[in-house]
Amino acid sequence: MELCSFLTLDSFITNPLAHDFMRKALLMSSLVAAVCGFLSSYLTLKGWALMGDAVSHSVMPGVVVAYALGLPFSLGAFFFGVGSVALIGFIKQKSRVKEDTVIGLVFTGFFALGIVLVSKIKSNIDLHSILFGSPLGISLSDVKQTIFISLLVVILLSIFRKDLMLYCFDPRHAKTVGINVFFLHYLLLTCLSLAAVVGLQSVGIILVVAMLITPGATAYLLTDKFDNMTIISVLSAIISSLIGIYISFWFDLETGGSIVLAQTFIFLFAFLFAPRYGIFKLKKFFTGYK
Amino acid sequence: MESINYQNFRIDAENICVDYNGKVALYDANLRLKPGQICGLVGMNGAGKTTFFNALTGFVNISKGKIRINGESVRSAQKDQTIAYVPQSEGIDSQFPINVWDVVMMGRYGSMNIFRCPRESDVQAVKDAIERVDLTDHLSTPIGNLSGGQRKRTFLARAIAQRASILLLDEPFSGVDIRTEKLISELFIQFKNEGKTILLSTHDMIHVREFCDLVLLINKTVVAYGETSEVFTPENITTTFGGISPDFLFGPES
Repeated sequence: MELCSFLTLDSFITNPLAHDFMRKALLMSSLVAAVCGFLSSYLTLKGWALMGDAVSHSVMPGVVVAYALGLPFSLGAFFFGVGSVALIGFIKQKSRVKEDTVIGLVFTGFFALGIVLVSKIKSNIDLHSILFGSPLGISLSDVKQTIFISLLVVILLSIFRKDLMLYCFDPRHAKTVGINVFFLHYLLLTCLSLAAVVGLQSVGIILVVAMLITPGATAYLLTDKFDNMTIISVLSAIISSLIGIYISFWFDLETGGSIVLAQTFIFLFAFLFAPRYGIFKLKKFFTGYK
Repeated sequence: MESINYQNFRIDAENICVDYNGKVALYDANLRLKPGQICGLVGMNGAGKTTFFNALTGFVNISKGKIRINGESVRSAQKDQTIAYVPQSEGIDSQFPINVWDVVMMGRYGSMNIFRCPRESDVQAVKDAIERVDLTDHLSTPIGNLSGGQRKRTFLARAIAQRASILLLDEPFSGVDIRTEKLISELFIQFKNEGKTILLSTHDMIHVREFCDLVLLINKTVVAYGETSEVFTPENITTTFGGISPDFLFGPES
């Protein structure tokens, strides 16, 4: 019976929708994916993949402390996310240690602090759901928070869309024509922290960096226009989330891991078959164009 | 006593120093340029040429000295779109997903509203600028598909679209084709006649002799500054390049 219904595509998609938690998971994960995908174009072009990794890991102690104090977890996460970047900047400036080393040691330090705190503060914090995400068990207050943060990030990115693009492309020109580069730098960092916070609910702290860089990297292989890159990035992120959740439902797999794997496969597909920049250059294959 | 009217100077840099975390990149540097002057900035790699540009655009803060642009601060020069910076080819990510039109439009950002919506006048300025650098056939070409010379012209068009009265050009002639080189030198004459002030860094001594009225030789500080015919001597060049003779650097002709 189970196998029969599984075999038709229609029920493959509709059956899970009968469950309230699945509808919620699909909706929320799509929203989170859209936000991360939007930001992803900027991060990949700016070369902030490592920074994204650092910020997303560094929010760990913030989440734990916020839960313990009964505050919105986004507040704690945001504080530690931005704090880690400030600390990285400070150590880099005041020592001779190279930047990537500083980034590595700061974020692992924060992450370790978070893990130690979880073991000490014996509350109802579920370490597993922080580390690996739990889109299927998202609570109502988390839903509200996620929607609020997502809207905030989308609005900020939309307003400063062109300025941020200029900042990523040629900050020196931005400064020369009187655009506040300092503000844009911290705006992008703020959005990064906020996106990491919402992203970790879907795929967890360990994998959230994938949400922030993979869709952008995929889109970068498929287009030469920035606006298209953003659209492709958002779409591929949403599609990966949906695929990941369905797969995890039917095959009983870890949801966060499935979502990120789906993103990775879409990237690999682009890497191999992108019309211009793929290894096999499909366009050439179909048109004989050289 | 004769008083100097600072309004007459487009660029007036007085004893400026720049250091990066205690490392001195430039010290006690002076430069005064008037409208319609073209000045060559000559020095070794690491002599502080780019730092000098960065100080003038406000991209780095000076630790000592004073910079006046049209008699005003650098900050208000930024607000007024007075200075345009044309980066050297290596300073730009040529794989960035952006086309010629959008790059040139960036020259208008500073005078647009916060959403950077182009007005009719912005569109016209961009069109005109692209026409002047002869790239009308490449409006929607991604910059990654352009030749080095075409890319250089794109950034020059951005400076033109900005309608800046001061142009700072970092190595405008490096890695460009003959056609671009000719077009750039023609544009320089036009800019000069329009009263624009140009400061360009270059490695090519022939270019300095060809169209620079003035030359500024630097090696962390000013080695020599003045009319090209007077200052651009083998002795000064040798000093600037740390004792290496110009014959060795540029061949016996120079």
